[in-house]
This record gives sequence, C-alpha cells and structure tokens, in this order.
Amino acid sequence: MNLFDHNRSLPIGSDAKLSTGWWGVLALIVTESALFAYLLFTYFYLSAQTEQQWPPEGLPSLTMPVINTIILLASSVSVWASEHYIRLKQIRWSIGLMALSIILGISFVLIQLIEWHKKPYGLTSDLYGSLYFTITGFHMCHVVIGIAVLLLLLVWLSLGYFDDRRHAAVTIGGMYWHFVDVVWLFVFATLYLFPYSDSV
Amino acid sequence: MAISDKKHNLPDNRLERVPEYGCAPTGSTAQMRLADTWECNPGWRGWFSTVDHKTIGLRYLVTAFIFLLIGGIEALIMRAQLSLPDQTLLTPEQYNQLFTMHGITMIFLYALPILSGFSNYLWPLLLGSRDMAFPRLNALSYWIFLFAGVFMYASFPLGQAPNAGWFNYVPFSGPVYNTGPNIDVFALGMVLLGISTTVGAVNFIVTLFKMRAPGMTINRVPILVWGTLTASVANLITIPAVSLAFLLLWLDRQVGTQFFDVANGGKPLLWQHLFWIFGHPWVYAIVLPAMGIVSDALPTFCRRPLVGYTAVALATMATMMFGFVVWVHHMFATGLPTVSLSIFGAASMAISIPSAVAVFAWIATIWLGRPVFKTPFLFFAGFVILFVIGGLSGVMVAAVSLNWQLNETYFIVAHLHYVLLGINVFPVIGGIYYWFPKFTGRMMNEKLGKWSFWVMFVGFNAAFFPMHIAGLLGMPRRIYTYSSHMGWDSVNMITSIGSFIFAIGILIFLVNVMISLKRGVLAGSNPWDAATLEWSISSPPPAYNFAVIPVIASRHPLWENRLNESSERSSLSEGYLLTTGHETIGTSPIDAKPQVILKMPGDSYTPFFAGLFVSLLFVGLLFHWWTFTGVMTAACCVTLILWMWPRQSLVQRAVSNAGHSSQNNSEKI
Repeated sequence: MNLFDHNRSLPIGSDAKLSTGWWGVLALIVTESALFAYLLFTYFYLSAQTEQQWPPEGLPSLTMPVINTIILLASSVSVWASEHYIRLKQIRWSIGLMALSIILGISFVLIQLIEWHKKPYGLTSDLYGSLYFTITGFHMCHVVIGIAVLLLLLVWLSLGYFDDRRHAAVTIGGMYWHFVDVVWLFVFATLYLFPYSDSV
Repeated sequence: MAISDKKHNLPDNRLERVPEYGCAPTGSTAQMRLADTWECNPGWRGWFSTVDHKTIGLRYLVTAFIFLLIGGIEALIMRAQLSLPDQTLLTPEQYNQLFTMHGITMIFLYALPILSGFSNYLWPLLLGSRDMAFPRLNALSYWIFLFAGVFMYASFPLGQAPNAGWFNYVPFSGPVYNTGPNIDVFALGMVLLGISTTVGAVNFIVTLFKMRAPGMTINRVPILVWGTLTASVANLITIPAVSLAFLLLWLDRQVGTQFFDVANGGKPLLWQHLFWIFGHPWVYAIVLPAMGIVSDALPTFCRRPLVGYTAVALATMATMMFGFVVWVHHMFATGLPTVSLSIFGAASMAISIPSAVAVFAWIATIWLGRPVFKTPFLFFAGFVILFVIGGLSGVMVAAVSLNWQLNETYFIVAHLHYVLLGINVFPVIGGIYYWFPKFTGRMMNEKLGKWSFWVMFVGFNAAFFPMHIAGLLGMPRRIYTYSSHMGWDSVNMITSIGSFIFAIGILIFLVNVMISLKRGVLAGSNPWDAATLEWSISSPPPAYNFAVIPVIASRHPLWENRLNESSERSSLSEGYLLTTGHETIGTSPIDAKPQVILKMPGDSYTPFFAGLFVSLLFVGLLFHWWTFTGVMTAACCVTLILWMWPRQSLVQRAVSNAGHSSQNNSEKI
C-alpha cells in the first residue's frame, strides 16, 4: 500500500488550521456574509425605489464613523498580533494585546451608541430608520458576540490554556472577529458613503 | 513504536504520534476497546446526551416521516373536501390553514430533514469515518429541528395555524390583514428551523472535506455525498435570505418597522425576492440528495457501476448553480420588466440540460446493466419516470407566456407534486427499503414491498396527473370549493380517489416496516451485494463504525475484484486502529492524505440544553415575554461557553504546561 506513508507521525487534536473548528468558522463566515449581503440587498432594493428624503437627515456626517471604523480595524490588527505572540511563546504580550482588542471593541460599541442616539429618527419612524437600525443593529449584535468571544479567549489565555502548539481557539475566534470587522466596511460604505454618490 | 523526532520541539506523544496501524478482527483487544469507548450511555441519559450520528440519523428519519404522515393526513382532508363540488366539510379559513400547514410540513419539516436523516446516518459510513466532523452540532441540529416543528404546530390545535400559504406573501401576511398569532408562529418557527438547517449544513461540508478515509480522493466519493454537499452549500448561502425575510416580517408585525408596509414606502415584492432567492435553491436542496440516493443505490440493482459518474457529479453541481439564478420564475406574473423575465425564463429552461444528463445516466445504467427487480429498484425506476414527467411540465411553465396562462392554477400544483413526490418521496421510500437492513439488521418483506410500490405508483399518477387537466381547465389552486358548473367535477373526483389509493400504498409500506422490524429475515453485512463502504461492516453497524479506518483505492471498494479496473485494492481489514479514546483520522480536502488524528467529543448534554434554551427564547419572543427571553439568551450563552470550553481530552489546550497535564501522560519522562 503506497498511497501514503502510514509510519508518518501525525498531530493530535485541535491543531490550528488542521482542526475541524477552523473549517467550521469559515463555513459560519460564508453564511453570515450571505446574511449581510441580503441585508444590504434589502437596503439597495428599497432605496432605489424610494420617493422619500434619503437619508432623512441629509448626507450623514462622516467624522465619527470614520474614526470608529479605524478603531475597529485597529482591534483586528491587535487580535492578529495577539495570536502572533502566542506563536512566539510570549503569552504576556498576547494577553495584553487581547485586552487591548477588547477595549477597542468596546469603544466602537460606545461610539456607535452615541451615533444611534444622535439620529433624529428611530427604528419605527420611517423606512430609512427601519433599515438603518436593523442593519447597524445586526452588526452591533455581531460585535457584542465578538467581544464576548474575545473575553473568553482572554480568560483562557490568562489560565494558561494555550501555547505555541495548541491555540486553535484563538485562531478560530480571531477569524470571527476579523469577519465582524470586514463586514463593517461594507455596512459603512453602504450607509455612510453610498448616499454621497447621488450628490456628486 | 518509534516516535519520529521533530526539530522544533521535544517529541510529545500527547501532541503527535505515529498512529497504530494494523488489523482489529472481532473479539480482538483493539475491537473490544473501541466498543467500550464508543458505546453511549444506557437509559435516558444516553437518550438525551448521545451524539452518535447513526442514532441522530434515525431520529431524523423517524421524526421527518411522522411529519410526512401528518402532512399527508392534512392533504387527505383537503381531498375529501374537494372530491365533490359545493362541499362544506371545511370552512374557508380551515382550508387556508390546512393547505398552509400541508405545505410547511412537507417542504420544511419533511423533505429536507428526511434527507438529512439519510445523510447523517450514511455519511460517515460511506466516507469511512467514525463520526461526523461535529457530533455535538449534529445533535443540536436535530433537537432544534424537533422543537421548531413542535413550535410551528403549537397554534394548530387552537385553530390559529399559519394561513397565508407556505410562501406567505405580504401584504396578506402583514399586520393589517392578518392580525392573529398565525403568521408570527410561522415567522419565528422558520428562523428557528433555519438555525438547525444551517448548523447541519456546516457539519456536512466540513465532514466531506476533513473526514474521508485515506485514499478516498474527491473523485471517489459516492454521488449521495455530492448531492448533500451541493445542497448544504446552497443552504449555507440561501437560508439567511429566508430567515431575514421572516425576521423583517416579524419586526413589521410586532415592532412596527416598515419594510413591507406599502403605505410608508415598503415593498411587497421585496418579500417575494428574498423568499424565492431562498426558495428555488431550496427545491434543489430537497431533491439533489434524493437523486444521489438513486445514483448510489440504483447501480447495485443493475449489477454495474453508475454510467457517467463524473457527468452526474458535475450535473448535480450545475443544477444548483442554475438554481441560484432562476428565482424570478416564481414571479413572472408580478409585472417585472420583460428582459428580466426572458433571462430568468431562459435560465430555468437551461436547468433541463444537467437534469437530462442525470436522467440519461440512470437510463444508461439500467440499459447496460442486468436489472434485478427488487422493491428498491422499482422505486428508483418509478422515480425516473416521474422525474421526466415533472421535468417536462417544468420546462412548460418556464416559458413566460405559458406561465402567465397557468400561473396559480392546478397545473402548477401538479408540476410541483410530480417533482417533489417523484424526486423526493419515491427515492426516500426506495432508500428506506434499500438501507433498512443496514439500519436494523433485517430485510423488509419483498411481497409487501412490491405491493406498496405499485399501489403508490398507481395512486400517485391517478391523484396528480388529472391535476394537469384541472389546471388547463382553469381551476385555480387554493380554493376551498367550486361549483359544479365549472366542469371540474370528474377530475377532482379522480384526484381524490387517487390520493386515497396513494395513502393506502404508504400504509402498506408502514405495515411492512412494522412486520419486518420484528420478523424480517436477518440480513448479513451486505445483503444486496453492493459496492460501497457501508456494506463492509455489520448490520446494524457497531458504535465505532469501522474497527480500522479503511484505505480506499477506488469508487467501488467492495467490487474491486470483479471490476478489476486497476491493480490497486482498498484495504478494509488493515488500517489505522486509533483506539486511544474517541479518535478518527482527519484527511486533506482533495486527495485525502492523512493529516491529523482528530479527537472526537463523547456524549454530552450541552446540545440538548442549547437547543432547548434557543427554542424557549423564541417562545419568549412570540409572547413578548422580554425578561424570559433575556434569561433564555443568558442560559444559551452559558451553555455555549461550557460547550466551547477548551478541553484537555480533545487536545484543545496546551498539554506541556505543568499543572494542567495530570491526565494522559503515560509516557512522561
């Protein structure tokens, strides 16, 4: 039988990208991306046919949303770095960077809550409001779940559960966080940048 | 056994080892050890906590079949109402609820779950693995399916079941025209069921890519696997559309958003788009795995391999690719631009090409083989005939002009029943006849089997063929009665008689199942002399499936000697033993080279509780019990955290750290 060498040594258990969990999170990301695609489809479908003032308050202010976007992207970088430092066997750095990511994530949530508060419309006041709050609400849910995941990773890191050879949970959880951040770019482009395309 | 040394770290046999390779005949120590490890807990504990894919698969099959019977009884009541003109057995509202629940039951609670049952039971056996990639997720998927089914039926006894048809068009299903709880039950139930379908799909996809036996390259997997894979990918991409649609509808109804609210700029057609973007791929998701059942089982009765394996595998995927871009053919009469209708009409017709590839492959297999006319063969051959009839009426209604004539008539009802019963129910019943010996260790009765086929086949055609004529005579679907002046009396009478004959056929099948469970002839491991891996192990299979993980050299591991396609032979009795706890082998996605020893979880209560809490969360939403909903969300989170907590036994944690490695360190220096 020379199909393969059965005397080769094989890793055991959840070994990073060989683990089923890694494939599982990729499949989860496919289905979640589809969900956001349908949300944005809903937005474009309705906005293309609307006769209302769109958005109701005129062109959205970009300053805070842009800052917030940068904060979210920075958190992705720091999650990436946290995983990188596990591989370098520098768990303290890894823990610190994971904590930083969580703080950045929470800052995003707080700034987004302020943004919500400033809007003159609500979820039920008009069609635009229904869309805006449903889409950003969906994203907010994902951020909150993502922060919960990062918190768990922080606890597990602190308990010394992971080292350079076994840290699949960080790879998997980190991937989910990157997804949450990338999908925000689409949400941001749709809700904040797209309205400007009509006014040019 | 020598441990190969690695450059970067001290060799640690808890992190990597050379898996033991050898034989494990019945009665050997290795085999006893496997039986000990994989056997699930006895009694109610095992019942709630099992993650064995075979148990879960059978549960799916039985539960989905019960839903088939419920949906069937609903249909019979409707046929009794329609057998004669001007009947008053049912009120219009009762009729609305019955046809809606009939559609929901058959399409959502029967058609896909029954195929998930087959796939759950069979996949690891077909692929040479000891379980699915995510055993606990598998259990969760079943529990949520069960709870979602109960949820959607909860308002039925109160006379407030969903009543706007299974595709539930707004504005009729919106807050203005439908004020009861009927639609909310449907909407939330569908979001809940969507979770079950999605996690099930993830499980199938990862299982295919990671869990195949060494040597089972991607071009050697059975067609059933291709069918379920294609369906799962489609579900992953399209389920969010319908879940979102139902969530937005629920928000419109209960929170006051305005997505579908015409008065405030919402668009009813948005509903139709979101629903059918999901709905059309879904109809392929509920037929492609069934076509896979036929592609795998029919060759056994033709005594030769399937003709055109590659063509059929590609046709399966091509059908789904087209399936993504034909949803508008459900909306031809909504006033969309002509150019859009033409494109979608053409795409719909093009689907007949991959479908025809599969049909000709089956016909060629029968033609070139030496058919053995056992009961499963009859069902599969019957399926081919019904598929052709249903396919032809499909091409007819894909033509926009004819579609406008036939839209919302019984012609459509005839078409969809030919394809859904023809391509789903017939292969499913045939599949049960075929794999019953594997499930139970006993054969089903041939004589009753042949009776059940012929009664079903005659009853089916008597029931549904006249519906084409009723449609051409202009009878609209979903009317609760009609006047005898319309000239629809005789077609309806024939249809009703046919439907009861069909039901008698199903009854004969059920009697056969009951009798055969007790008194069926004992089946050996391979009663049909079939070619695929599941027939290489005892019937029913042991808890661990394969005593050694087989090494595969062809598409037909059990027919290699007689086909003699190459000099290579699969090795079924010698392979990886993996007896250290719940273990199986993880292989590379395309050419199935061994990559990793996967640690599998054992029995666990977490899937049951996660499923229960999620379902109760939806109950909370239905009744606006916000505190209760919050508590259930928290309970869900806690369950999931326990579920995900990294374990030493699954080698998810670092093992070299002192203080955490008290177990399993047999060879610590």
